[in-house]
Amino acid sequence: MDQLTNYLFIAAVLFSLGVFGVITRRNGIAVLMGVELILNAANLNFVAFSRFGGMNLDGHIFGLIVIVLAAAEAAVALAIIINIYNNLNTINVDDASSMKQ
Amino acid sequence: MADMVFWCIAALTVISAAFVVLNNQLLYAAIGLLFTLFGVAGLYVFLWADFIAGVQLLVYIGGILVLIIFGIMLTNQISSVRLSQTNVQQGVGAVVVTWLFIFLSMVISKTPWLIRPALEPESTTAGVGTLLLTRYLLPFEVISVLLLGALIGAAVLSREGN
Repeated sequence: MDQLTNYLFIAAVLFSLGVFGVITRRNGIAVLMGVELILNAANLNFVAFSRFGGMNLDGHIFGLIVIVLAAAEAAVALAIIINIYNNLNTINVDDASSMKQ
Repeated sequence: MADMVFWCIAALTVISAAFVVLNNQLLYAAIGLLFTLFGVAGLYVFLWADFIAGVQLLVYIGGILVLIIFGIMLTNQISSVRLSQTNVQQGVGAVVVTWLFIFLSMVISKTPWLIRPALEPESTTAGVGTLLLTRYLLPFEVISVLLLGALIGAAVLSREGN
């Protein structure tokens, strides 16, 4: 538990699973969940480097900003997804690939 | 003892993350995401980041996850429950992601990381607050404006008759 590489490996697993979710899911909301996994992996790296770089608090600030960005991104993405659902009656990202109806 | 707790939390995080991307039922995937976010918050506690762990619980679990579950319920079609939730790229995706993970693991294990010893601080909240209002004041203000913009944008986008 006091090894930097342990945290980096956990973050790498989270990142890979997130990428897998983003490229294989059909549902827009499931893609969004993959993005959340990727953001969490990045955040874990920031905080881990902050802790093992001599408890430097700058990494915590980056982590906070990433969390706020994730909240903004989730709100806007869900508004867009609900709009797509109202217009096309599906949130399958393969069906909603054109820029206009 | 602490070691065992650490590995339990790590296993919980990773297994429920796999559940998130592999489960066919979206609502169950969202519950998996709940446990992943809890696990990451636990890892933050092990990294002495008590404030970030609290923010993770409040914002991710209390905010983003609730939004996602709302989204799932608002766009759920009963007839489509049995539809496959994955596209045809699953095989290719698995190969690509496996290579990505192997590459990342090699980078992680081969790099000589510089590690500086540190003492466990009593609390990080005061330090984070001081940094936010001194050195990182501009990003702090920018992120507040961005949040406001996202809030108004989401409200306008999801309004009826748009």
